[in-house]
Amino acid sequence: MNRRAELLWFWLLAGPALAGFAVFNLWPMLDSLWLSFCQYDVVTAPRFIGLRNYVYLLKSDPAFWASVKVTLVFTAVQLPLSLAAALGVALLLNQPVRGRGFWRAVYFLPSILPQAASVAVFVYIFQSDGGLLNRLLALGGVAGPAWVSSPTWALPVVILISLWGFGYPMVIFLGGLQNVPRELYEAAHIDGADAWARFRHITLPQISPVIFFNLVMGVIGALKVFDLAYAFGAAQGLTPGGPARATLFYGLNLYQQAFTYFHMGLASAMAWLLFAVILLITWLNFRLGRRWVHYGD
Amino acid sequence: MDHTRPRHLTVLVVALLVLGALIMVLPLAWMVLTSLKTFPEILRNPAPWLPAAPQWQNYRTVWEGFAFYRFFLNSTFVAAMVIAGTVLTCCPAAYAFAYYDVRHKELLFGGLLCTLMLPAQVTVIPLFQAFAALHWVNTYLPLVLPAWLGGNVFGIFLLRQFFRTIPRSFIEAARLDGASEWSILWKLVVPMSVPAVLTVVIFTFLWSWNDLFNPLIYLHNEATYTLPVGLLYFIARAEQLTGGNAGQVPWHLVMTLATVMVAPVIVLFMFAQRRFVEGVAASGVKG
Repeated sequence: MNRRAELLWFWLLAGPALAGFAVFNLWPMLDSLWLSFCQYDVVTAPRFIGLRNYVYLLKSDPAFWASVKVTLVFTAVQLPLSLAAALGVALLLNQPVRGRGFWRAVYFLPSILPQAASVAVFVYIFQSDGGLLNRLLALGGVAGPAWVSSPTWALPVVILISLWGFGYPMVIFLGGLQNVPRELYEAAHIDGADAWARFRHITLPQISPVIFFNLVMGVIGALKVFDLAYAFGAAQGLTPGGPARATLFYGLNLYQQAFTYFHMGLASAMAWLLFAVILLITWLNFRLGRRWVHYGD
Repeated sequence: MDHTRPRHLTVLVVALLVLGALIMVLPLAWMVLTSLKTFPEILRNPAPWLPAAPQWQNYRTVWEGFAFYRFFLNSTFVAAMVIAGTVLTCCPAAYAFAYYDVRHKELLFGGLLCTLMLPAQVTVIPLFQAFAALHWVNTYLPLVLPAWLGGNVFGIFLLRQFFRTIPRSFIEAARLDGASEWSILWKLVVPMSVPAVLTVVIFTFLWSWNDLFNPLIYLHNEATYTLPVGLLYFIARAEQLTGGNAGQVPWHLVMTLATVMVAPVIVLFMFAQRRFVEGVAASGVKG
């Protein structure tokens, strides 16, 4: 095929995707950067106001800081727990047990279910009266609190709900574990290393790239949480984010600013702050990844 | 391994797996059990563990009585259109990036991959503004159109990786035989890549079927709702819809809806578990 035909075919075949890239990613990205410097309520045209959206967010918007706090607490608590669960189950599944495919399926399944449905199921389970959890607690003589309507318990409940789905990091851990060379364990065994020493000195360093990958993906995913938070409020028939902003995640706050209050400029500024943090994490990933992670020789 | 494992260790591993699996399955079991109860059973405190008689008609009630079939059909239609668009535009794009040597190709591909980092929150406001100006709110175009323009970048990436494992000599031979690029793509490369295409189809289905964010933004007319929005809408209006008293949520019907929504995903998963797992594993390969 000559060069001109190749170029023509390239644009014919990749053209739609590249057009989509321009129309659905590049343009809106730049437009939202512009809007983040504007006051914009959809009805009237955007009006340039400089950095005022950013200043308002960082200096005087209580909802902004509430949502930052919720998101950070969620990330700090949920991510280590879910990665520990994912690694724990992956270690079990990496043992020579029968029906490994079946077990993997059972642990993976909750992660792919629609969150609107699974959150509804959990909101019912966590009902104070007649909820499954409080009934099980009552069997043990414990009177459970009003989980979902308590400002103290709402966020822990959301964290518990999200811990149901750790299938993605689990499968990636499992792949990492299966790539660890068997000879390393054999050698350590001959040298008399116990199970903990083998885990600490062989498994962990060998799978550090996948740990790091899961960590980075987990942080980025946690910063973007939306469906979970929205469904948690809506499944109680309430405005999402409550009670008392206890579950006002960053992504939810942004959505409400944009599509409930039509503060589109402010929401764009929030989106760009989020994007900046994600870019920073990605950059750190490349910079620090090499130093902390053992990539083999 | 040449050393044999102590037996008690295997027992411990299996015991832990069973215990964890029970926790994983319990919410789903409770969902299905609840979906078969009556309203009085739900309101009784405590509600019985099992329904006195399984109320299969709950499924008919939500399906017909609350027009849930409509949400189901809407979701199915959107998912089908999104899948069709994804396959028809991602396969050609992956082919072009896999086999052609065009200047700046790597730069363009890098640009595409960067969109994987771009959160939907950044693009949604200008897109909403544009779709609203086109009067496309309350239509499925905002949900479907991006897929018809190669919106699934992960799919393009996955397919390109797979296409590149096909020996170039196959392609060259087909070209010498006079096959057009279009027919090489659809009659040679895609049939040889069925597992990768299936993986992309499955993940596209999941994203579309489970999506709450986009339908929430673009669909404001009850008749257009997809299942996730429809379910939450039902809960919000449950008292009116079922004629119950304030604060009495008909959880049996909510769980029926949840079961209907979850069932296709579980069935798909049972048939194509390997594709799911390979798709996830592929996302971590570059890590």
